[in-house]
Amino acid sequence: MFPYLRLGPFLLQMPLLALLVGLWGGLSLVERGCSRLRLNPSIVGNIISYSLAAGIIGARLGYALEFPSLYLSNPLSLLALTLTTLSPFMGFVVGLITIVIFMQRKKLPFRPTLDAIAPGLALFMVFAGFAHILSGDAYGAPTSVPWAIRLWNEYRHPSQFYEAFMALMVFLVILERFPKPEGAGLNFLLMVALSSASRVFLESFRGDSVFWLGGFREAQVIALVVLTISFYWMRKWVTPDPAASTKAEV
Amino acid sequence: MTESNIPSRKRRWEIIMLVSLTAGILWTIASRVPSAVGAPLSSSPSPREGFLSPDFTLDTLDGSKVTLSDLRGSIVVVNFWATWCPPCRAETPALEKSFEQYRDAGVVVLGVNLTDQDSVSEVNSFVREFKLTYPILLDRDGSVGTFYQVRGLPTTFFINREGIIRTVVVGGPMSETFIRSKIEALLKEGE
Repeated sequence: MFPYLRLGPFLLQMPLLALLVGLWGGLSLVERGCSRLRLNPSIVGNIISYSLAAGIIGARLGYALEFPSLYLSNPLSLLALTLTTLSPFMGFVVGLITIVIFMQRKKLPFRPTLDAIAPGLALFMVFAGFAHILSGDAYGAPTSVPWAIRLWNEYRHPSQFYEAFMALMVFLVILERFPKPEGAGLNFLLMVALSSASRVFLESFRGDSVFWLGGFREAQVIALVVLTISFYWMRKWVTPDPAASTKAEV
Repeated sequence: MTESNIPSRKRRWEIIMLVSLTAGILWTIASRVPSAVGAPLSSSPSPREGFLSPDFTLDTLDGSKVTLSDLRGSIVVVNFWATWCPPCRAETPALEKSFEQYRDAGVVVLGVNLTDQDSVSEVNSFVREFKLTYPILLDRDGSVGTFYQVRGLPTTFFINREGIIRTVVVGGPMSETFIRSKIEALLKEGE
């Protein structure tokens, strides 16, 4: 684990650096995906940038809403450059709403745009895995398997490496399939489904799971719901197999 | 040949989806840990969020001793600092104000000075300059700082009443709003 790099008086946060590299690589891939799907790359790029900015603002406001009197008495604290006063859920919701609003305003085709985003998002997930390797977050459960790593005073599953490896596999699958004509939007749904399936599987090896009543792991249950929803929409969006239809007509 | 004899792509997908979902549900059920509900993430202390805070005993500037585990039941803010560190100086007034505001609610601020990189006389001047009322501990050999994996100053740990670390802040300066929001969150935990 390598969370910080000291550069003179500055402390460089390596996981943040990995995320920024992932963002840059992801945006480059989105641009290429747009070109291949005949979408305007600059419009899609702008939408992603706006949604990221809106997401960060939403995350900060969401955190401030938890402590309204504190932030009302000192509103300038909203501008503080710290990552620990963000509400990830609110950031996600605001970012998503921003994407939907801008896509409608710019009249972008919904499903092809999702497909164009898929490889970039999958690449970003790989770098999110690297960020966890660097920070030591998302650590594994204690274990005695031969490949266990010593972390936080115990031998643990190298869950960060599992995560990065599975994200890499998902990225390669999505990249290999891109773009295929089985139905617009399917590549994006496949990425969501594969990522959810990998989370369902890998969460069992995590040592930092949040547990619900009955001992169910929160992330596993949410990932199962997302998997089910993505399967439902895949079933709806898949176009009939032309070969099968032809044979059926014979 | 009829359509029902042809394994269409859609049908293949449906079978794959059904098998995947069933496997996912079974795996989720199999990996339940009923005993983990409400338990700390680990019984072994470690200086990171979700873990029990490693215990230490240090001398204070006025000659008494403070043991972290004796403060169980209180919310503890452990701030590692040094007099030569500009962000430490910048956040000290906010720490003092927060301590004054929340001390009656059972909040303790511990300023752990890395004395192996500092001097007691400088620490005394610093305390007088900022009129500090919270305890200043002297980590004379830097062993507590090393054990807490302090890689940069200031580093601050927000610890709940059960001794579990909830937030780690590396770098600074922390604003008063930030410190108070973290303390308020810990106070809410007990409600």
